[in-house]
Amino acid sequence: MIALLLILIPFLSGLAAFFMKDGKMARNWSLFSSLLTLLSIIALLTNSVPASNESFDIAWLPFLGSSFSLAMNGLVKMLVLLNAIIYFIVFLATFRRTFDQPNRYFGLMLLMQAGMMGVFLAADGLVFYFFWELALVPAYFLCSQWGNEKKIQATFKFFVYTFLGSLLMLIGMIIMHAKTPDHSYALQSFMHAKLSATEENLLFWLFFIAFAIKMPLFPFHTWQPFAYEQTDTSITIILSSVMVKMGLFAVLRWLLPVFPHASISNSHIIIILGVISLLYASVIAVRQNDLKRLIAYSSIAHIGLMCAAIFSGTVPGMQGVMIQMFNHGIIVAGLWITAEVIETQYGTRKISELGGLAQKAPVLAILLLVMALGNIALPLTSAFVGEFLMFSGLFQYNLIICAVALVSIILSAIYTLNMVQNIFYGNTLPATQDATDINRNARTAMILLAICILFLGFYPQPLIELLNSSVQSVLSGLNLVLK
Amino acid sequence: MNALILSAVWGIILMFCSILVKNKKAIGYIAAFGLLTILIGNIAETYGTQITHYNIYPMLLLDRFGLFFNTIAILSVFIFVLLSLIEIRKTGKYEPEFYTLIFFVICGITILTSYQNLLMLFLGIEILSIPLYILTGSDKKNLKSNEASLKYFLMGAFSTGIMLLGIALIYGGTGTFNLQPGTHSVVGTYHGISFLEITGLIILMCAMAFKASVAPFHFWAPDVYDGAPTPVTSFMATIVKVTAFLAFFKLCEVRVTDTLTAVNWKMIFAVMIVATLFIGNITAIFQQSVKRMLAYSSIAQAGFMMYAIFSLNDVAKEGLLYYAMAYSLATIGLFATMSKIKDYSFEGYNGLAKKQPTLAATNAIFLLSLSGIPLTAGFFAKYYMLASVIKTGSYTWLVIVGVCFATISIYYYFRLIQAMYFKTGNPDTIDHEITPFFKNMLIVVAVFIVLLGAFPQLLLNWFYF
Repeated sequence: MIALLLILIPFLSGLAAFFMKDGKMARNWSLFSSLLTLLSIIALLTNSVPASNESFDIAWLPFLGSSFSLAMNGLVKMLVLLNAIIYFIVFLATFRRTFDQPNRYFGLMLLMQAGMMGVFLAADGLVFYFFWELALVPAYFLCSQWGNEKKIQATFKFFVYTFLGSLLMLIGMIIMHAKTPDHSYALQSFMHAKLSATEENLLFWLFFIAFAIKMPLFPFHTWQPFAYEQTDTSITIILSSVMVKMGLFAVLRWLLPVFPHASISNSHIIIILGVISLLYASVIAVRQNDLKRLIAYSSIAHIGLMCAAIFSGTVPGMQGVMIQMFNHGIIVAGLWITAEVIETQYGTRKISELGGLAQKAPVLAILLLVMALGNIALPLTSAFVGEFLMFSGLFQYNLIICAVALVSIILSAIYTLNMVQNIFYGNTLPATQDATDINRNARTAMILLAICILFLGFYPQPLIELLNSSVQSVLSGLNLVLK
Repeated sequence: MNALILSAVWGIILMFCSILVKNKKAIGYIAAFGLLTILIGNIAETYGTQITHYNIYPMLLLDRFGLFFNTIAILSVFIFVLLSLIEIRKTGKYEPEFYTLIFFVICGITILTSYQNLLMLFLGIEILSIPLYILTGSDKKNLKSNEASLKYFLMGAFSTGIMLLGIALIYGGTGTFNLQPGTHSVVGTYHGISFLEITGLIILMCAMAFKASVAPFHFWAPDVYDGAPTPVTSFMATIVKVTAFLAFFKLCEVRVTDTLTAVNWKMIFAVMIVATLFIGNITAIFQQSVKRMLAYSSIAQAGFMMYAIFSLNDVAKEGLLYYAMAYSLATIGLFATMSKIKDYSFEGYNGLAKKQPTLAATNAIFLLSLSGIPLTAGFFAKYYMLASVIKTGSYTWLVIVGVCFATISIYYYFRLIQAMYFKTGNPDTIDHEITPFFKNMLIVVAVFIVLLGAFPQLLLNWFYF
């Protein structure tokens, strides 16, 4: 039942938020709703409710062989938790901000949350597709309405890319449906479909392009920096912390188990694409002057590494990816909140126009430093565990690829530390002359994230335990094929 | 039979209304009531209650498929009339005659959904088309309306001529007008099929493609849709078009699969589909007027309906019904809203969400449905079309092409959403005509679309009950 509640709470409260005339009420209401969602997943994780809550199944379209079924494993739980945490943090950090048309803003935000929850929970192909698209529609409306001057074009590009991808996936779903023995859309029956090698390969690419666009993986990434730069930062946080994880998640849940042969035979190409995105985005990030674009490219780089590690098909690689999906979400949210604070308080995102902020805003400086160290995966931050595991996975797969990919660690240190240095140290510039420190809400949100980063850096065990069964199940499917 | 008789009777009643009924406002409601009785009559017939038991078998066969389609078409006309009451009153001087012609068109629809004989097909097409020529020109003082009417009439008459030629050749080849293939003559055969029959069928299909505005026979559509008064465009682009598709489907279902396996029909249809999708979508992108955009969008949607005729299986049959409903409802809603806005260009819609939130919200749902976003009826419509082709087991490339064009269609549908929601402006709306009744009707249609999108069985269970 909780599985259903996780979708219903944001969905219903989102619908209710549309009809609230009072902006403050909508704001409080959304914070309350996100807290409620967070509490329900925590209740599930701490085993304080019976395990029957983890799945839900009801007949929906019997004549198409589709039922509204939701199911959870460790990976799903982690991503649902991430989704709940990030929403809570975003609403908390922007609590003092006033939005244009707040009821619509909060309504759409919550609907997007419901859509993403559905993507993570769905155990039926058609339901998965529904939520995949439904998460996109509110995102479209949000990004087109709140943001910078080119937001409409940027969002449109984003929408067209992802829509094309998802339609290709729809074709894949329909073909799969025709191939399953019992003509059903259930994930379990997908795994039992009898496919010839060519069919499997075609289907693999139909699905993979949809997921690659969402991640985004080189060469499908061009929508992303533009969209992240132009949309309002509070929405960018959601897109980059949670929504891009949909792509990686879908590969882990819908691609590897369903098309194991094609996944193995295509792994080389995809790992190379992943490493290209990693290095290419890192090099571009070094040259960025715009804070938001820098974070956007840094995010592409990290996702590229994760994608490569998934297809390495090794235990550490898989563990690393799953852990890093969570950690990357947390760290990148922290970076975006900093960008948001800097942009709203000092009116610029140009790194060259900022300087000497550490004297004016010491708390912000310390908090950003934690996020930045997390971004370069320094030991004792949570990202270290994940990146280390991913690189050792790649190492097992192929030495040369791993060596090439390792260059990115140096690059990420260059661009991240450069950013910290230029923003916080050196002389104060006109834009930062009378800067004030970070406001209370954003500070609370950032401190929560920083605690999370440091805690998981010291003691990643709970996360690893949560994910253990998922790692095993994904890998056992692949290993069966290898034997 | 019920719908056929009732619609003819109501057509005649409405003619006399222009003399007998003095209250102008009542006429629209009388017509709506008439449609309701036809609707009920048709549903009653689906359950087996008929006014007359007259044996019409060799000519017409009222099967479940046809009757169910009648229900969809008449329901769409009913919604169309309720949404366009004011608009129809404003179009030209002769309101009762306008409704009369609509009732006669319904007559044509009921014949086309049940024909078993090629002569009946011809008769149905004529009964459907002739009132439309008049309706297109019903805004008598408007030059564009007259031009459109003449253009439509000339082109339509020409295509009817071609259709007759095709039917005559088929008769020559098989010796029967029946839809079911008869004995073959020996005038000259190819793989056992007479040349005359093949030629006749190709010609007949060209004429049907003309009526359904499928490329390369679509050239009349944009000009006629643009020139005709908005309610007439709405009527033609939706109900009439899907009926033409249904007639086309019935023809191909019987003829193509049985007789002409030797001819590579699939390839001909595939080329037509790609051409229709290409022309409809690409041209729609460049339109500055919403009305013209919708005209080209209707060609693009015709390309999608062609998928049903391409695959000719059970899924296609269900899908065509579903597509007819989804597409008609959304397009009728869009046209009805458009008639309340003075400036038909995209700029005319700028800022509609601020001024008329209900209109903007319902229109957004209609546009999302046309683009095929899940949770709207349009999604399952597209789903069925894609699934029907996939079920044939080959031509996967055709599905991928269709999907690419569906993505292109996002451009012009979402451009309207962008204008309504994200651009600032003060649209010139005819406020006194946006009555609460009109708004509520739009909401009902939008809710219906969302319901069908969440539970398609609402419609399809009815087909199989």
